[in-house]
Amino acid sequence: METNRYQPYLQSEFSAAFNRLASLREEMDRLFESPVGPILRPPGSLRSWSPPLDVYEDKDSFTVLLDLPGLKRQDIEITLREQNLAISGERRAEENKGEQGFRAERFYGGFQRTVKLPAQVEPNNVKASYQDGILKVVLPKAEAAKPKQIAVSVD
Amino acid sequence: MNNLVVNPDQRQEVTAQQSQELYITPLVDVQSTPESVVLRAEMAGVNKGGVEISVEDGNLILVGHRQALNVSGDPVYLERRPVHYRRVYELDPSIDTDKITARVEDGILTVTLPKSEKVKPKKITLE
Repeated sequence: METNRYQPYLQSEFSAAFNRLASLREEMDRLFESPVGPILRPPGSLRSWSPPLDVYEDKDSFTVLLDLPGLKRQDIEITLREQNLAISGERRAEENKGEQGFRAERFYGGFQRTVKLPAQVEPNNVKASYQDGILKVVLPKAEAAKPKQIAVSVD
Repeated sequence: MNNLVVNPDQRQEVTAQQSQELYITPLVDVQSTPESVVLRAEMAGVNKGGVEISVEDGNLILVGHRQALNVSGDPVYLERRPVHYRRVYELDPSIDTDKITARVEDGILTVTLPKSEKVKPKKITLE
């Protein structure tokens, strides 16, 4: 399965060698994600943020979870093209009226995550819900992708 | 985070139960107005029942317990961390601790810390 985000603690030995090529880039990313990141990167900068994503699978469906605290439902967009699920959106800053001092650690602006699902899904039966800042997308597998039991007939 | 690595031989549902005592520092925006200081903390997965706010020895302690989600199946890819949130702030003496209010909405905990009357800007009219 492919996603558009490097995952530091989900590294198989198989891909380790390839990932080393991009190590400098990731070092930079980690720097920005560390506690000093918000100091290095002013809020509203052009670099977009990247919410963490989980994928679960059972025999009938995939479930994708995203931590998206502080978004409005209408600002979340979910598109499915074949096996590619794309979730994008924008987090808008609250109105700051009469502010004196401000310390911003949170990220604002647009984001996009894409994930290639391991099997075909039924595009018309995808269900998405957003609660307590977590987006949950349930994608039923296409009939062709479901495991089937084949009875062996003995003559 | 080694326990999050998916081992194909030993897949299991990852829930907050497995890391009951694991806390991380949430990202917080702090905004100060003449009337109050407003904290907005990112606590994905935390609802009203999971929030604990206390004032102790001049410190404001914010705790958010994540509710375990019902997910069927096995994890095939994991980035989210099944942790709870905790952050401590030293309160300025100008904060009126009896009037602190808080609400949680869409995974954002908003805490309003009103400034006491004596530090609010006041206009004095000449007699």
